[in-house]
Amino acid sequence: MSRAQVLQTTDEAVAGIEDGSTVLVGGFGLAGMPFDLIDALIRQGAKDLTIVSNNAGNGDVGLAALLKQGQVRKVLCSFPRQVDSWVFDGLYREGKIELEVVPQGNLAERMRAAGAGIGAFFCPTAVGTPLAEGKETREIDGRSYVLEYPIKGDYAFIAAHKADTLGNLVYRKTARNFGPVMATAARTTIAQVTEVVPVGSLDPEAVVTPSIYVDRIVPVEARHYTVQGAR
Amino acid sequence: MSEPTIEHVDRGPLSTDELAAVIGHDIPAGSYVNLGIGQPTKIADYLPTDEDGNQAVILHTENGMLGMGPTAAGDDIDPDLTNAGKVPVTELPGAAYFHHADSFAMMRGGHLDVCVLGAYQVAANGDLANWHTGRPEDIPAVGGAMDLAIGAKDVYVMMTLFTKKGEPKLVQTCTYPLTGVACVSRVYTDYATFDLQPDGVHVLATYGITLAGLRDRVQVKLLG
Repeated sequence: MSRAQVLQTTDEAVAGIEDGSTVLVGGFGLAGMPFDLIDALIRQGAKDLTIVSNNAGNGDVGLAALLKQGQVRKVLCSFPRQVDSWVFDGLYREGKIELEVVPQGNLAERMRAAGAGIGAFFCPTAVGTPLAEGKETREIDGRSYVLEYPIKGDYAFIAAHKADTLGNLVYRKTARNFGPVMATAARTTIAQVTEVVPVGSLDPEAVVTPSIYVDRIVPVEARHYTVQGAR
Repeated sequence: MSEPTIEHVDRGPLSTDELAAVIGHDIPAGSYVNLGIGQPTKIADYLPTDEDGNQAVILHTENGMLGMGPTAAGDDIDPDLTNAGKVPVTELPGAAYFHHADSFAMMRGGHLDVCVLGAYQVAANGDLANWHTGRPEDIPAVGGAMDLAIGAKDVYVMMTLFTKKGEPKLVQTCTYPLTGVACVSRVYTDYATFDLQPDGVHVLATYGITLAGLRDRVQVKLLG
């Protein structure tokens, strides 16, 4: 059965996540961050995780809380250091967490490649910089490129706006960010949504993530978290 | 081909807002533009407008939007609508949302006309260093800088010309780790605007310093 399951609790939604899993975590800062799934993963307790996300946690909630629990071995992200990334910063300086810094576009494209069955791709980003050291390069039509490999997830955690019971997803504004790409790149994609609607009530033209990519759906209360940068 | 340098000597160097206005004035109407986080964000206040007073460039924010409007305040603050600096913003009529892979394909695919980035150093050949100090105790964070640097048709840099210690940031060879190779076309600073051409570094304008004075302080061959 590859149809998505609609679950009632986030604990059911994250059941079975194994130690050592790679988890793709959506969100850009707090927008699109799947807080409820992360909180459930903290309760579930899987350890030795590799997390792929744009940032490495903000404040003491969400991803930062998961890091604080010591459940994460390695983070692949583009922008760990922020004004409120003290949890990650502390772990990194104590040598308790591994970091792979990936340019933001490569992070997205490497997951897109994983989801699309692409074995690797040549990308102009980072040519001639420390982030291309040790990587294969090639000149194509007079321009230099670096060979980049896909990033696959065992699980993806997505926060979308609405799902229908088949698993079609729509998003809100810039909270879309990594969600549609991560949904394609994981073996099991888990979406928290603020509303699950009957099949037929989403405009097919407006669906962003088609149901084929989604495995588990769980409705959650909309959170009114503090907005970064708001004064 | 080059115009003579315009020397503004009866004034001091540009303030950050004046610098933002100079850059905003040079961005062509009709462009698709990405303003980097930090100082370049200020340029949004000085972009060209059409005859009706509407903003005549379309702003791209790499977290997934074209048609970004001004910073949000009060009831307009929406946690799901932020810019790349994670500051709440607004949407303008004609805005569009898209996911991250599309957002960066717009850069790498050469669809973005201009981006403006900050920098630690820029080299005479257009090499850019703006993501990492290289100090082992500093945590590196690159974000979208490397994708923007090689993706936009024109990469402008907005920076102070000198460090707090007075060392020039326009250099012959970058000593900081690179973000991109030979990617910068213009360098806008408080003391001068530089156009980086295949034949060398042209000085388009100076502020609070003469061209001769600039040549004394910057160890890069400066063409008029």
